[in-house]
Amino acid sequence: MSKKFRWANIYLWFVFILLYLPIFFLIVYSFNSGSVMQGWSGFSLKHYNELFSDTRILEILVNTFLIALLSSLLASIIGTGGALYIYNLKHTLSKNVFLSLNNILLVSPDVIIGASFLILFTVMGFALGFTSVLLSHIAFSIPIVVLMVLPRLQEMNQSLVAAAKDLGANNWQMLSRVILPVISPGILAGFFMAFTYSLDDFAVTFFVTGNGFTTLSVEVYSRARQGVSLEINALSALMFMVSLLLVLAYYVISTRAVRSKKRGTRLVLPATEGL
Amino acid sequence: MMPKSKKQRQLFYVVPYSIWLILFVFAPLVLLLFQSLTTSNGDFTLHNYAVYFASGTYLKMTFNSVWYAFLITLITLLISYPTAYLLNQLKQKQFWLLLVILPTWINLLLKTYAFVGLLSKTGTVNNFIGLLGIAPQQLLFSDWSFLLVAAYIEIPFMILPIFNSLAEINPRLEQASHDLGANKWQTLRRVILPLSMPGIKAGIQAVFIPSLSLFMITRLIGGNRVITLGTAIEEHFLVTQNWRLGSTIGVILIVAMVIIMILTRDRVRKSSRKRG
Repeated sequence: MSKKFRWANIYLWFVFILLYLPIFFLIVYSFNSGSVMQGWSGFSLKHYNELFSDTRILEILVNTFLIALLSSLLASIIGTGGALYIYNLKHTLSKNVFLSLNNILLVSPDVIIGASFLILFTVMGFALGFTSVLLSHIAFSIPIVVLMVLPRLQEMNQSLVAAAKDLGANNWQMLSRVILPVISPGILAGFFMAFTYSLDDFAVTFFVTGNGFTTLSVEVYSRARQGVSLEINALSALMFMVSLLLVLAYYVISTRAVRSKKRGTRLVLPATEGL
Repeated sequence: MMPKSKKQRQLFYVVPYSIWLILFVFAPLVLLLFQSLTTSNGDFTLHNYAVYFASGTYLKMTFNSVWYAFLITLITLLISYPTAYLLNQLKQKQFWLLLVILPTWINLLLKTYAFVGLLSKTGTVNNFIGLLGIAPQQLLFSDWSFLLVAAYIEIPFMILPIFNSLAEINPRLEQASHDLGANKWQTLRRVILPLSMPGIKAGIQAVFIPSLSLFMITRLIGGNRVITLGTAIEEHFLVTQNWRLGSTIGVILIVAMVIIMILTRDRVRKSSRKRG
């Protein structure tokens, strides 16, 4: 029994090492004073210096984060509206129809999304660049937000809404004081997911980006085609840190959401007191 | 009859959402289909499909793409099932699962780029086997490197659904099977494996479809030796600018995707993946 367990542990270690080896390899070599990913010439921060003096990369970084932030914000708003609409639908059939339509973009391969969006923008006579990338990112993020918000709505205590209505709340008050506070963990989770999807996306962006505008993934792609440059390693190390922080934030939000679920409707109390 | 205020509310929610549905879900798909079925004058034609099905190159490419996707799915399944099974027996399993998911949050391009460094002719792997006295090999730009990197990228997406379905299995079933005299292997084959089938199906679905449409890895790691449906679409849209044929291949990819989804469909549907 114990011998078998050891083999199990060895196997798991092997898988985890496999999963993390390429990432740590990238990060370690970002500190190499040489210029290729082989041999070790000594510790140096020169690739980070290069990175921070490379205005092109910095501009692309700003663009990438701007796109991620704007697209996830707008997708959160539109997606929450969509979730509320689907939730309020009475017929199961129309609910299911909307849910299936919602999932089309989630299951479509990126290449199809990218190619068909490219046709769309061209047919509409839309210039490719910042706006086309932003619109595409909003488009593929909306269904994720809907999927994150809907379960929260389904868990919501219906009598809260009825009570708010009885107490004379209008539509806006009902939304902002009762519904939104209850579903806010779902919206936040959707926002984070959308944010990482946007940061991570390569294929869709690659199709709709045109010539002038570039995001990080597309830039790494074109540089990697020319060969290895340790500046990209330095960038990966920084991106890894950002990803870690995002995961941490997401983890904190989701565990806090679970805890508040245990406490039932506690989350709404401040708002109802305000009334 | 809906009260007026509720109607107003619904309208307010649905307007932006339905604009999205029409503009970014319906319109692109219709346009893709339209492109594949028309000539440059806008006349209806099946010419593009005739070209596709008459040409040996396209059919061979499609077959290859499906074959590689199958291999990638098989490799990830073989590695992921034991991993998910063993992870499930750990004490802090949620934490370890988080560690499995973490690499999926790292930019796909950066992970692929790491392999360019690892596998290149002067790279670490070649240095390592050089120590063993083996001459440097051409590791990059081979079918094997493509399979390796694609499987590496997809493994977490296979582990996650299998892990979830294994976690849902009532541990008493395992005990019962043991009490009834089944050995470990029989329990695994007759009890655990059938009960975790929904997870396996979800995993296959989550890995096979993206594997059909990969195009970045085929270029950076496969060195254009492997052409998938995704590579062909990208080539037609962005390089040769033959959108009509590209759309045709796109429609075929969608059909392939629908077939896979029907084959791996489950009565209880619940699982989504992060795209990669």
